[in-house]
Amino acid sequence: MSSSESSVEELELELLLEALYRRHGLDFRGYAMASLRRRVWRRVQLDGLATITALTDRLLHHPDVLERLLADLSINVTEMFRDPGFHRALREKVLPLLRTYPFVRVWNAGCSTGEEAYSMAIALQEAGLLDRSRIYATDMNEGALARARTGTVPLASMQSYTENYQRAGGTRGFSEYYEVQGDMAVFDPALTRNIVFAQHNLATDRSFNEFHVIVCRNVMIYFGRDLQRRVHQLFLDSLVPLGLLGLGRKETIQPPELAASYEPLESAEKLYRRRS
Amino acid sequence: MIDLVAIGASWGGLRAISTVLRALPSTFAAAVVVVQHRAATDSMLAPLLDRAGALPVRDADDKDPLRAGEVLVAPADYHLLVDGDAVALSVDAPVRFSRPSIDVLFETAAQARGDRVVAVVLTGSNADGAAGLMTVRRHGGIALVQEPADAERPEMPSAALRACPGAQVRPLAAIGPELVRICGPTA
Repeated sequence: MSSSESSVEELELELLLEALYRRHGLDFRGYAMASLRRRVWRRVQLDGLATITALTDRLLHHPDVLERLLADLSINVTEMFRDPGFHRALREKVLPLLRTYPFVRVWNAGCSTGEEAYSMAIALQEAGLLDRSRIYATDMNEGALARARTGTVPLASMQSYTENYQRAGGTRGFSEYYEVQGDMAVFDPALTRNIVFAQHNLATDRSFNEFHVIVCRNVMIYFGRDLQRRVHQLFLDSLVPLGLLGLGRKETIQPPELAASYEPLESAEKLYRRRS
Repeated sequence: MIDLVAIGASWGGLRAISTVLRALPSTFAAAVVVVQHRAATDSMLAPLLDRAGALPVRDADDKDPLRAGEVLVAPADYHLLVDGDAVALSVDAPVRFSRPSIDVLFETAAQARGDRVVAVVLTGSNADGAAGLMTVRRHGGIALVQEPADAERPEMPSAALRACPGAQVRPLAAIGPELVRICGPTA
């Protein structure tokens, strides 16, 4: 492929994103292009098309492709207690700081199918805080949220989740939290009762509450720098003074002037505390 | 001007990558990005490679800028992508059972940098990197493959050569010096 073909392809990608935005109000224009391009090409190939423009044509004239493309472009990789070190630090460093609050609001931004929200509910439960906590778990993708609301995860995942739970400092038998129905593990409703799953798009929506904890892990790696800045501003505006922010293992707060609003609580696990 | 070196390795890669890095001077004029297949929990790779030669080596953070004479390694359990003048990470599904994937690194490097890339396939016992190497070639970049007979595991270099017969082949000891010849030290 020559460089002029490359720039044609870049134009095609921009036009697809423009069509998604103007036709459907879904704004992916601020996403990091390298991974977005791979995801778009995957849909082009799965639909038996030859170019991104062909996909744009289909998107404009055959709306059924929208749902598939949206599923492709959403960040849908998640697991319970992913990076046990993070969840151990959450349990040991963050939860003790929350005891003084009469009511605790947690925002799990980009929750996908809910595994991280369930993980946090378990940690809050074991710290005796769940009854006075509410976890707002948001995602842009309604399909993922619909699955999250079922309070179930595939049974096949439970062995690795159990290992993660133990390495994250879990104090009980993990199996106390769910019962098996067919090939799914169904979580105890007492655990999911205080989780609110709601649609929210980090690229376009505003702050909707004030939180004591915000956890957003491996979501912003898919965003370009400008969009990352927007979302970090949104998080800063949504945290109470001394509120806590948890990011993915390889993420940093950008730009530096926003990072200056935080102090590290546990830098190795990317846990930060908003300055007062 | 070639200003990005992308290296992929699997089985036996620690020794092979160390050998390559040992040959690069602190004035090396290109940025270096590395995918070494590794366990999801491993955190020792970058510190070990950092000791190999003159160039500083670290696990990439998301959006780290690409800078001449600096080596960024794909963190365990993340894909490493080249995006403009920086790297990006993703936790997308493994590609051919691998995360990080050498193909993902090579393809995005080719897309972002076109003919300013040299991609290197070292030892390994699978076929990762072969498709990506072809993409690098199609975009006008240089493909460099470790001589299979010289590799600790020959399968990965062999697969790369089958996919990309025009690639240059070198024994391990000659790869670092070849990169210096291609990219040069800064003036």
